[in-house]
Amino acid sequence: MVVNKIADLEGFSVVIEGEAMDREISGLYCCDLLSVAMGNAPSGSCWCTVMANMNTLAVASLTDCACIVLCCNVRCDDNMLMKAKAEGITVFATEMPVFEAALTIHKAIGE
Amino acid sequence: MENSIHLHYEVDGDDFTRAGEASSDVKHKLKKLNVPSDAIRRIAIAMYEGEINMVAHADGGVIDVDIYADKLTMVLNDVGPGISDVSLAIQEGYSTASQEVRSLGFGAGMGLPNMKKSSDEMTIETEVGVGTKITMTVNY
Repeated sequence: MVVNKIADLEGFSVVIEGEAMDREISGLYCCDLLSVAMGNAPSGSCWCTVMANMNTLAVASLTDCACIVLCCNVRCDDNMLMKAKAEGITVFATEMPVFEAALTIHKAIGE
Repeated sequence: MENSIHLHYEVDGDDFTRAGEASSDVKHKLKKLNVPSDAIRRIAIAMYEGEINMVAHADGGVIDVDIYADKLTMVLNDVGPGISDVSLAIQEGYSTASQEVRSLGFGAGMGLPNMKKSSDEMTIETEVGVGTKITMTVNY
């Protein structure tokens, strides 16, 4: 499944449209500790987290994540939005908790 | 000596939001040089963790990078507090990070372990009260 298909799923909205909306998602990754994500987030993954700050974007960029999903209705601040635009990273938002969000996307990938 | 591209970065010790700028810049340059993506990822992880450590513990520092045809070396120098017990600091989960650093999502005690895991060679020279020098090499 490609990144922009997440926008079609119920309960998900696009916060920032990045450069690679047609990139294939390699899998789901859930983690809120940035150092753990840094060492373990697989390249091309869709990263579900509640950690919304500038460093989240740096980690997503450096680990080559396909996109970020901010869960539990967590919001980006203006600095984070600007950084996401500058880095070309796609960010989605949902009210769902992390597990539920990841499971919903996982199921959609399997369909 | 073998030819290399040399890069120098100053890491601002006050600003967590800017941590990652040096590693991001190196990542973009390596992409242009067609370095294999797995090596770029390992280099980016190692360097970013180093940057975060400099901001979290040492009030900043300097990073010198040399890009060769088959490897990259980076030397991270700071004049921070030094590491009193390196064998403890390199254990996964051990951290002396502040509550502020932890609230940003760091301080899980994964920085040095990630750097070691991501590099092919890593040496730590440190002296309490003087500073720390970390040299890492990634082959590709």
